[in-house]
Amino acid sequence: MTQGCGAISRRDVLKTSAAGAAIAGSLGTGSVAMAQAEPNAPPTAAVRMKVNGKQTSLTLDTRTTLLDALREHLKLTGTKKGCDHGQCGACTVIVNGRRINSCLTLAVMHEGDEVTTIEGLGTVGDLHPMQAAFVEHDGFQCGYCTPGQICSAVAVLEEIRAGIPSHVTEDIGAAPGMTTLEMRERMSGNICRCGAYSNIAEAMAQVAGVKA
Amino acid sequence: MRPFTYERATSAQDAAAKAAAMPGARFIAGGTNLLDLMKLEIETPGHLIDVNGLGMDQIVETPEGGLRIGALVRNTDLAADKRVRKDYGVLTRALVAGASGQLRNKATTAGNLLQRTRCPYFYDVNMPCNKRKPGSGCGAIGGFSRQLGVIGTSEACIATHPSDMAVAMRVLDASVETMRPDGTTRAIPIAEFHKLPGQTPQTETALEQGELIISVALPKPTGGTHIYRKVRDRASYAFALVSVAAVIGRDGKGAVALGGVAPKPWRVQEADALLPKGAQAVSDRLFAEATPREDNAFKIMLAKRTIASVIAEAKG
Ligand SMILES: Cc1cc2nc3c(=O)[nH]c(=O)nc-3n(C[C@H](O)[C@H](O)[C@H](O)COP(=O)(O)OP(=O)(O)OC[C@H]3O[C@@H](n4cnc5c(N)ncnc54)[C@H](O)[C@@H]3O)c2cc1C
Ligand code: SF4
Ligand code: FES
Ligand code: FES
Repeated sequence: MTQGCGAISRRDVLKTSAAGAAIAGSLGTGSVAMAQAEPNAPPTAAVRMKVNGKQTSLTLDTRTTLLDALREHLKLTGTKKGCDHGQCGACTVIVNGRRINSCLTLAVMHEGDEVTTIEGLGTVGDLHPMQAAFVEHDGFQCGYCTPGQICSAVAVLEEIRAGIPSHVTEDIGAAPGMTTLEMRERMSGNICRCGAYSNIAEAMAQVAGVKA
Repeated sequence: MRPFTYERATSAQDAAAKAAAMPGARFIAGGTNLLDLMKLEIETPGHLIDVNGLGMDQIVETPEGGLRIGALVRNTDLAADKRVRKDYGVLTRALVAGASGQLRNKATTAGNLLQRTRCPYFYDVNMPCNKRKPGSGCGAIGGFSRQLGVIGTSEACIATHPSDMAVAMRVLDASVETMRPDGTTRAIPIAEFHKLPGQTPQTETALEQGELIISVALPKPTGGTHIYRKVRDRASYAFALVSVAAVIGRDGKGAVALGGVAPKPWRVQEADALLPKGAQAVSDRLFAEATPREDNAFKIMLAKRTIASVIAEAKG
């Protein structure tokens, strides 16, 4: 951002936060603890989340995405930033049991949520079955997309088991089958620049207990 | 991204009143479109009102025998709902054809309807765009227009509406239920919800400043075969070049709406009536006033052929 832009945005914030204070006074305040350290500092807010089973408490610039909170503030750098625009899936994490793109959500919107990242799925000494299967089947080359692929893959199997239909489900009146076609379609939100797709599909099939 | 203050709304009316009182305030639901655009500073709200905690995430049956879908119901949950799968299959099909599993887990019913165009010139802040910056011109007209609209467009803007879900809702005659800042509610037929660009492409919907979507109502199911066919540049995780949503009865009568060709889901009543006559007749009527460009003229042929395959599939 250029300096010129910065000047404009500070003015905007001052204008809106003054208006915000007036309205908060007349209509009752929302539930967010807002802090404004110095007049020109960008607005911050507090958020508590359970990340990989550990309670965390952060005060963040409101602009911080969940991805940046994990990587820059909690130093959980397993989750990767690819596109930062929802287009690649490298940032996939599991929030309250569901996979999402952590780049397109604000950390402050996750008060009370349970977040699982690649670091929370397994450890070097005790791999998650999906991690072990990725190793066994060479489900990666450079590895950059891999944490997102693995978080997504774990959640995909759960989604099929939960009966959530997909674009390739033939009969949407019935439960989808645990097939490689279903798994491939559901993994389309995870791009792999190295093209490890077929090996990823094999790893998933092994964990799901079906033939690749 | 520009700095902004953030709050969680405590009630629907509180949210609407605050959004109306604060210029530059915006609602945030799933955030998958708004944050994308905020990162590019195409959207620059000074205040965000988070509407996630308002309990608007249920799907209930209406007294009329239809369904009322809460504004915050996630696309995944809407697609997976047993009643939707049974009676409104075209909606499930359209939803699962859109975005990715991760995005559908976050994307909401209201946010999906209000997502903004994917016109590449709208996204490129170095290019003129009447929608992003009124009066600056249109980079797409005379530019690369392969993805852009062929009908319902204007000399000011030829962008398309990118939603798949909205096309299914159009064919189902859904209505968008809202709350205004003064607490009054209204229902807007989906046909009137999205606006054509005319000279004001920055005005995209019938919503007023601060007006909050509460739910979307579907009328009683009509039966018939439900089909959503999406044609795109790759098999998954891509926006439509052309899509066709149709509900067709055994007698060959029904309704058809198109995505990917216009600034809103494109449906013409007289074209519905021509369904028994076949794809050529339907397509001729749907595109009667089309103004294709060299790059996107193919969409008319593609739409006709897609309609033909949908009619054939409905015949079984
Ligand atoms: C890579 C990528 C691919 C995609 N592919 C597709 C695709 O193929 N097909 C498709 O249809 N979509 C696609 N999408 C778009 C996606 O479906 C939308 O981003 C999503 O539906 C927006 O919903 P949301 O809840 O996240 O909206 P938000 O980003 O939270 O909000 C969007 C807008 O709606 C407003 N808003 C939200 N809730 C309300 C309310 N209750 N009342 C009033 N205003 C409200 C917000 O202020 C904002 O202006 C894609 C997105 C990405 C990033
Ligand atoms: S088509 Fe519309 S959105 Fe695209 S550049 Fe022109 S004015 Fe902007
Ligand atoms: S970094 Fe989030 S999808 Fe690419
Ligand atoms: S392993 Fe390199 S991007 Fe997927």
